[in-house]
Amino acid sequence: MTETREPAVARLRDAVLAAAASGGVLHARGGGSKDGLGGTPRGEPLATLEHAGIVDYDPAELVVTVRAGTPLAELQAELAAHGQMLPFEPPDWPGATVGGMVACGLAGPRRAFVGGVRDALLGVRLLDGQARVLQFGGRVMKNVAGFDLFRPQAGAWGRLGLLLELSFRLLPQPQAERTLALPMAAEAAIEQLNRLAGQPLPMSGAAWFDGQALLRLSGSAVGVDAACRQLAGEGWDAVDAVTATAIWQALRRQELPGADRSDKAAVPLWRLVLPGTAEPVPGTRCIDWCGALRWIDDAAHGQGRPAGAATSVGASTHPLQRLAASLGGHATPWRDHPARALTVSLDPARLLLHRRLFEVFDPHGVFANGRLGIA
Amino acid sequence: MAVAVGAGHRIDFRHNAVMDPLRDPAPLFAALAGVLPPDGLLTAPEQLGPWECDGLSLYRQRPLAVALPETASQVQAVLRLCHGAGVPVIARGAGTGLAGGALPRDDALLLSLARLKRILRIDPVARVAVVEPGVRNAAISEAAAPHGLYYAPDPSSQIACSIGGNVAENSGGVHCLKYGLTVHNVLGVRGFLADGTPVRIGGEVPEDAGLDLLALLTGSEGLLAVITEVTVRLLPRPRHAQVVMAAFASVDAAGDAVAGIIGAGIIPAGLEMMDALATRAVEDFVHAGYPLDAAAILLAESDGTAEEVADEIARIESVCRRFGATSLVTSQNEAQRLQLWAGRKAAFPAVGRITPDYYCMDGTIPKKHLSAVLRRIGELSKQHGLACANVFHAGDGNLHPLIFYDANQPGDVERAEAFGLDILRACVAVGGTITGEHGVGVEKLDAMCVQFSTDELAAFHAVKHAFDPAGLLNPGKAVPTLHRCAEVGAMHVHHGALPHPELPRF
Repeated sequence: MTETREPAVARLRDAVLAAAASGGVLHARGGGSKDGLGGTPRGEPLATLEHAGIVDYDPAELVVTVRAGTPLAELQAELAAHGQMLPFEPPDWPGATVGGMVACGLAGPRRAFVGGVRDALLGVRLLDGQARVLQFGGRVMKNVAGFDLFRPQAGAWGRLGLLLELSFRLLPQPQAERTLALPMAAEAAIEQLNRLAGQPLPMSGAAWFDGQALLRLSGSAVGVDAACRQLAGEGWDAVDAVTATAIWQALRRQELPGADRSDKAAVPLWRLVLPGTAEPVPGTRCIDWCGALRWIDDAAHGQGRPAGAATSVGASTHPLQRLAASLGGHATPWRDHPARALTVSLDPARLLLHRRLFEVFDPHGVFANGRLGIA
Repeated sequence: MAVAVGAGHRIDFRHNAVMDPLRDPAPLFAALAGVLPPDGLLTAPEQLGPWECDGLSLYRQRPLAVALPETASQVQAVLRLCHGAGVPVIARGAGTGLAGGALPRDDALLLSLARLKRILRIDPVARVAVVEPGVRNAAISEAAAPHGLYYAPDPSSQIACSIGGNVAENSGGVHCLKYGLTVHNVLGVRGFLADGTPVRIGGEVPEDAGLDLLALLTGSEGLLAVITEVTVRLLPRPRHAQVVMAAFASVDAAGDAVAGIIGAGIIPAGLEMMDALATRAVEDFVHAGYPLDAAAILLAESDGTAEEVADEIARIESVCRRFGATSLVTSQNEAQRLQLWAGRKAAFPAVGRITPDYYCMDGTIPKKHLSAVLRRIGELSKQHGLACANVFHAGDGNLHPLIFYDANQPGDVERAEAFGLDILRACVAVGGTITGEHGVGVEKLDAMCVQFSTDELAAFHAVKHAFDPAGLLNPGKAVPTLHRCAEVGAMHVHHGALPHPELPRF
């Protein structure tokens, strides 16, 4: 356990107070591993690394409470030492912190089966835009006291406040894990993976890339063995453990497997979240989350240029955003994409609710730093 | 008429000078009748009686009127009319809530969503169901059963309670530890804000663009919006399930066994505990086969494939033996599994047989404090002079103390409520919460003052105001006014700081 470094809160409070008084804008920055994600930040970076440490961890409770600046790697190592893990497989890029993990709300392949960051988040302590320390949720799994203002922090990119402390529910690491592959086209994979997910199989990953579908099974050794026997009869082949680990790690870190790593900056990508059974989108490079997460090559859809001012919503949408919306989902230009300044598209009713919530938590716009993509 | 909605804010419902619906509701009733089905508006006193309480029958109040729309557009029309007239609206599902969340007010329209009960679509490949809010929880699983699928959250009232009410309360159930609460199993909702503005939050995707408003709406007790459509996730029904019943000579030993099971990396589908008083009440009632000499019994269920269940059950048995189980019964067939569960599921009615009335509490605590909290409940029981049986969702730390009282004895109701509030204080003191799954409603408004600071309560009021600036949806529920907390004298002292000395106490 890391020693208590609570004095850091005083420094963070002072920074928020100063910004609130002077009309300043802050963007929280931990290890900087997500600098290329989200909207281009405005304002001054506010370092959070100092506010670090595991506050409370009792493996028998399946709950951990962590300060936001704690390196994710440190948390993962501590949990692994007790045979436990964060359920949602966050992208664990070097330098990533727990606060950044929650703020961006990103999750890996297991998300389709055990839920995302918001599903594991049990409580938050934060500094709002007036430097008030607020605590929502707690350290218990069932808690319906007050409005749920903790889960919405996942994926809010810090727009509702500066995260200080976070509690998560955990899962035991699976006893056994096996990966199976079967060559097929994207359309067939979407159908097959969703049909399998409707069967009582211990699935923990369902993906497609390079013309093959991938299935991961996790759980008790006997349960995983039995599932593998059933699927072998349906033509699925075992993938060796080293290759399998690399594949799921790459998916988790958004380093798309099968592709030449060196081109990842050169070819802009879009991240689409769609209903799992939605038809394949042209330019599909990789599918995860049993069809609900699609990585799409920009080249198939023309150069995505920033269109329109960051505050105008609806008019500035890219063709892929319109396509995603027509399929019941949404699209985001990804990592260092030239169209990064595109806004998140919301209907007027939801946009109004967003703006009013910003006003509730941040009346001076201290956290209006552009990262959420909604002005 | 004015209602306090926060730190001194007052909203005057009589901004509409032409029509004062409280002095003369006839014009509003006529307008409502015009948008509702022929039998869809109840206004006569003899019609309103059945609607005067929900599952918390301790509190009763006749509504101004009851609206029974059958479609979403009728709901929208009702909301528009009430908004225009400045009349509050209280949405109600099946009325099984235990915290008075749907308690009427004499100045408010009660909006029953029970007739919006169509299952709109089940997609077995995508594993989603799109339903109207009045659909019963159990009816979703029944409709999904032909596809080998079901809706996982199973509150004890699942035969009667509606999915709309489940979303409003973020309902739990005995399988939460493994399968989550309502919030983990709902993908999207459609509905209306207080003024009738349509909103669509989420959809059939795992995450929405922008802020996670779906999580915020779930469990908001009808204060933020009225929902008219819910999209839920369906899961494959496990092929097998088996349950272990283990008896222990002390509550501590049973608590240690719970920690031991979790510590061994097992997430049981259900993990329940009952103390001796609850066990005896149940055994007398349903003869489930529980040992009467045990201080506590545990029920641990495993589900999955045959191989998974056999493996997990063996590990659960081994942990229970290691922690000193005095007897151990494992179900060998479905009939025996259901029999072992019958006792737990009958715990509330069984207690209802041995006391004229009981008051069900709903705190959650970190599991490691179970023994200390149960000891504290024992002390409080002596102090308040009322008996208390304990039923516990042990896996997720959700405690249901059942306080025995007799409503016909003068002072008993007040003593039961004081005892209950003391139990919730004990839960908060060990880092727990005042409500795990029943909600705040009107019942736990005072307890909210114990758990949250002035700033946090003010944030809740501000969020309510963001969704419902006129303060018309279920006003006065779920979040206490700061005034009330000042009067309760229980204002939370947060992080060692005095709560806002600048705040006027009135």
